[in-house]
Amino acid sequence: MSNKDAYWEKTKNHMFVTLALWAFFSLVVFMFGSELNTMSFLGYPLAYYMTAQGSLLAFVIILFWTANKQEKIDEEHGFSERGDD
Amino acid sequence: MFKGDFIKNLPKIYGTYTGGFLVFIILMAIAEQAGVSAKNIGVMFVAFTVCIYALIGYLSRTINVDAYYVAGRQVPTVFNGMATAADWMSGASFVALAGGVYFGGYTYMAFLVGWTGGYVLVATLMAPYLRKFGCYTVPDFIGTRYGGNLVRACSVFVLFIASFTYVTAQINATGTIASRALGIPFEAGVWVGLISILICSMLGGMRAVTWTQVAQYIVLIIAYLIPVFWISSNVGGGIFPHLMLGDEVARLGELEQQFGLVKNSAADMKAAGVPGGLKYISGSHSGVPEGGMAVWKYLSLAICMMVGTASLPHILMRYFTTPSVRAARKSVAWSLFFIFLLYSSAPMLATLSKLALMDPNLPTGIIGKSISEVQSIEWVQRWSEVKQVFIADFNGDGILQLNEWFMRGDVVVLATPEVAGLPFVISGLVFAGGMAAAMSTADGLVLAISNALSHDIYYKIIDPKADTAKRLLVARVLLVIIGAAGAYIASFRLTSILGSVAWAFDFAMSGLFFPLVLGVWWKRATRQGAIAGIMAGIISGTLYLTWVFPKFSVPMWGGVNTPFLGIDHLRFGLIGAPICLVVMVVVSLMTKEPSPSVQKMVDDTRIPTGKPILGKQ
Repeated sequence: MSNKDAYWEKTKNHMFVTLALWAFFSLVVFMFGSELNTMSFLGYPLAYYMTAQGSLLAFVIILFWTANKQEKIDEEHGFSERGDD
Repeated sequence: MFKGDFIKNLPKIYGTYTGGFLVFIILMAIAEQAGVSAKNIGVMFVAFTVCIYALIGYLSRTINVDAYYVAGRQVPTVFNGMATAADWMSGASFVALAGGVYFGGYTYMAFLVGWTGGYVLVATLMAPYLRKFGCYTVPDFIGTRYGGNLVRACSVFVLFIASFTYVTAQINATGTIASRALGIPFEAGVWVGLISILICSMLGGMRAVTWTQVAQYIVLIIAYLIPVFWISSNVGGGIFPHLMLGDEVARLGELEQQFGLVKNSAADMKAAGVPGGLKYISGSHSGVPEGGMAVWKYLSLAICMMVGTASLPHILMRYFTTPSVRAARKSVAWSLFFIFLLYSSAPMLATLSKLALMDPNLPTGIIGKSISEVQSIEWVQRWSEVKQVFIADFNGDGILQLNEWFMRGDVVVLATPEVAGLPFVISGLVFAGGMAAAMSTADGLVLAISNALSHDIYYKIIDPKADTAKRLLVARVLLVIIGAAGAYIASFRLTSILGSVAWAFDFAMSGLFFPLVLGVWWKRATRQGAIAGIMAGIISGTLYLTWVFPKFSVPMWGGVNTPFLGIDHLRFGLIGAPICLVVMVVVSLMTKEPSPSVQKMVDDTRIPTGKPILGKQ
């Protein structure tokens, strides 16, 4: 397998992991809304908290994490860009 | 002025700007104490901020194509994040989101998840690859990847429908806010709004829009957060509402039990003469509705908004402006962070505002009090006069019940500062914030449409030999025409026939999502597949919309239809997008696989380093 193919393989897997996390916080959590709402977090009912703040925050964290992870994959395969951002 | 060290000086420039704006707020507060009227403070807030945006727009003027279309690809990560956040958060987000949560509670908050979760799709599936591609517009990617004028024209068609649906609503919002803040008629407000929008974008294209959007983000976030924190500490919610409103949410649950959530019949409301557009609380604030259908309604709305977000060209094109692929990825994360600041505050504002009105133990509470007493409150009188609030004593007991209090959603943001006893300077600030939010989104949309028409239709299809001067002239003329067309429609208040801004998301996801994703992720996708997919998606989605939306279905299909699987007019993208996918895959597999040069182009798109596919054009 060429370096490019190996790079793309890793990038693809990373994409699937990111989308799995995304699906968990955007869809799976809210499939169990009424069950989760019986629990509480910071004093809020849990499902309410997730839709008002929790999932939103999770997306922000996922995005920073996924960008950093992808940069590591870039570096490993020598596709890292130079220059400042 | 906007060269080289301008980029290095950005933090200093915008830091000074933010400081200047805070000083301006303090000056206005002093002016209020000195007896300047509330109306004049509102005028000064809007006029001052709009003049600053116009100045930035003028200073960013350009005669360079790369600067006009993609801001010279030198916008740093964090600043592009702010610009995207302003581009994203519309006048509707600013004034109506908290109102939506106020009335809709948990169910409505599917929008919050949808309008943020979509950025994960943008970051993983699209933004870095489109940046590597080096295109000027979204149809530029589709036209080059699939090859040919027809597929380019098809994608411009979808872009036009989706963005134009959105832009009229934005110009409408600009007009509403300008008319309220400046005290001029709505029709005049629309044209004032349009001129402000054009000054910001016409001379400098994307470069001017970028730097004004950053300035607008700073104004809108200050204008949203100051009232939320202030109200929270005023009504005893704690200094940091996001972490401290658990008791308040629980208290709302108790109050809902105490007052009872009653549904009014349409006949009762008509008989009482409730003005259109006003709502009352009939659903639980934090409770989750029971049943599989309720879960599906929540999920389906979130899916439509997420996938739609990842297909809206005015958002995607913001990531063409970063200096590198890596910066594009990080920039999506910053965008969502800046959006999160406002979106996570909207439910808190809704909670505080609801509690202020519902809790009989608070001095601001009105539910459960006698109607004559409530009607004598100053803010109730003022907002009743303009038909923004309404009281209907259905049971005739003279006491205001929860289901007897009607209010327009916007009032939650616009009147809560006043209800909670904040000085008027805060209301002036909120006007400036609303104006910034509506203008920044309208700017981005008008530019997305006119860039697609000038670059993809005029330059790429009609006159590929046109020189720079001519291309930029055409781009600017189109910008004015699109803006004027949007304002013309908005000034006739025809927006009601355009329905909801949610439609823009459904249109975009029906026609653009899969062609964009598969263009990067599936080498086998062919031109014929893309053309068939785009058209099948947008046509089936639109037909379904006409079938399911009563205003269209009665004249076109001769009656009102029950939504199929609960897919109503807010969710019609769930019909269009899957059809687009299936048609695109089937037709692609039936046609000859793309040539080796196209396959190599896709390979190159996937690697961050190396030359962009399209360079300076």
